Amino acid sequence: MTTETTYNFAYLDEQTKRMIRRALLKGIAIPGYQVPFASREMPMPYGWGTGGVQVTAAVIGPDDTLKVIDQGSDDTTNAVSIRGFFARTAGVETTTRTEDATVIQTRHRIPEKPLTEDQVLVFQVPIPEPLRFLEPRETETRKMHALEEYGIMHVKLYEDIARHGHIATTYAYPVLVDGRYVMDPSPIPKFDNPKLNGSDALMLFGAGREQRIYAIPPHTRVDNLDFEDHPFEVQSFSQPCALCGSTGVYLDEIITDDTGGRMFVCSDSAHCEEQRAMKPAEA
Amino acid sequence: MPHAATQDDETPLLRVSGISRFYGSRTGCRDVSFDLWPGEVLAIVGESGSGKTTLLNCLSGRLTPTAGVVEYRMRDGQMRGIFSMSEAERRFLARTDWGFVHQDARDGLRMTVSAGGNVGERLMAVGARNYGTIRGEALDWLERVEIAQDRIDDRPDTFSGGMRQRLQIARNLVTGPRLVFMDEPTSGLDVSVQARLLDLLRGLVSELGLSAILVTHDLAVARLISHRLMVMRQGEVIETGLTDQVLDDPHSAYAQLLVSSVLQP
Repeated sequence: MTTETTYNFAYLDEQTKRMIRRALLKGIAIPGYQVPFASREMPMPYGWGTGGVQVTAAVIGPDDTLKVIDQGSDDTTNAVSIRGFFARTAGVETTTRTEDATVIQTRHRIPEKPLTEDQVLVFQVPIPEPLRFLEPRETETRKMHALEEYGIMHVKLYEDIARHGHIATTYAYPVLVDGRYVMDPSPIPKFDNPKLNGSDALMLFGAGREQRIYAIPPHTRVDNLDFEDHPFEVQSFSQPCALCGSTGVYLDEIITDDTGGRMFVCSDSAHCEEQRAMKPAEA
Repeated sequence: MPHAATQDDETPLLRVSGISRFYGSRTGCRDVSFDLWPGEVLAIVGESGSGKTTLLNCLSGRLTPTAGVVEYRMRDGQMRGIFSMSEAERRFLARTDWGFVHQDARDGLRMTVSAGGNVGERLMAVGARNYGTIRGEALDWLERVEIAQDRIDDRPDTFSGGMRQRLQIARNLVTGPRLVFMDEPTSGLDVSVQARLLDLLRGLVSELGLSAILVTHDLAVARLISHRLMVMRQGEVIETGLTDQVLDDPHSAYAQLLVSSVLQP
């Protein structure tokens, strides 16, 4: 694959990448802390991963192999176009196999396969501020982070239990990073939250429109907020994946016709394909 | 048996010395000093624009005064200047040992959070992590402020003005504060609801041994609830004394005018 010579490596100019790397270093030094950065206009709309793309552009090197997933899937528009973007502007290898990738950009999922120390996971973040919906003033939420005033986060969970009888927050479930900062793990299902805790891989979060970067360094403690009498629980599924038969993975509901037909399949398409390849072909 | 002098008798809960606040060349309040003792309710009265609310905001740390010192006796008995402590300490104090009842309940409540969540917020802010306990406490406080317990999961925007004000009081008192600031808590309510709220407040204040500073323009409210009265005009305190004394026998011309201008039904 060749790089288009009209672009600098990985699209962004070197000064911009340097600025983003400084924000990343600060974010890694203060786990869970939202570092402001001068987010650039990217050739894609906000909400399509402009933050994640900038972070990926800042950390990727010519020897890296990139995987991009959108809701766990490698073959949706967003994933294909971002993969194509870096193949063109950086000339890097791309893959759909989790274990082959060194940089994985993701929207809304963490791959089922455990990540290793050699991998970097880059999240696309729409709203980095976990306190936003309870306290709309940015000046106030920053102060609350600074002074560790996080009681209000539990008010949200209290409301869930009061209304639904259990904690009904299923995605973007708030976490406490390294015992200090409350962080929004981006809209991943809470099924993936345990994978944040003590992860071997470096996790970077980029919010383009909101101009914030934050990070969870490897082997960092990440706790899920909960109540003593209503502890944190992940979703469980009553049936295995309809395609590969995997259990203990996150499933998507697929509507198959307009008469109520549906099936549950792995949201992680790479995992699903691998499982199906391992199984002997059925008659 | 001689009464053993406790610390409560020796030092005031709040000591205010020379508080002034200027807005550019205008005066908010000028050179206000007083002591507030435990269990005492102080009313600040005066006409609109006399500096009552500015003073209250300075006392409660919501506004930094131009000059002067406000000292508060912490639970360990130490007098601490509230503007010399860190912002973190001040905010912690404000949501544990103090309460602030706003004139408009919308300012003091989270309108999109249920009544139970509103009452429980302060508990969760100081580390309560047991849903059952928090809810039990919220139910208890709703009952104490005469809100039906089955309204616990309703949002305050479905409440009447009087209920919102009572909910605001419950939300403030749940952490057992020792000092409550109130900014016109009864204005904007109709007369019968006002009377009920005042009754409730008076009951809670005496039952819990609260100290309170109450800003009001309504002399009847001051008469009902406060022990001591401060009359303000143009940013200055022009008369101070026991409530009944000031209202029955006002000395300054302005206080006389104020007292005589109250309509007698």
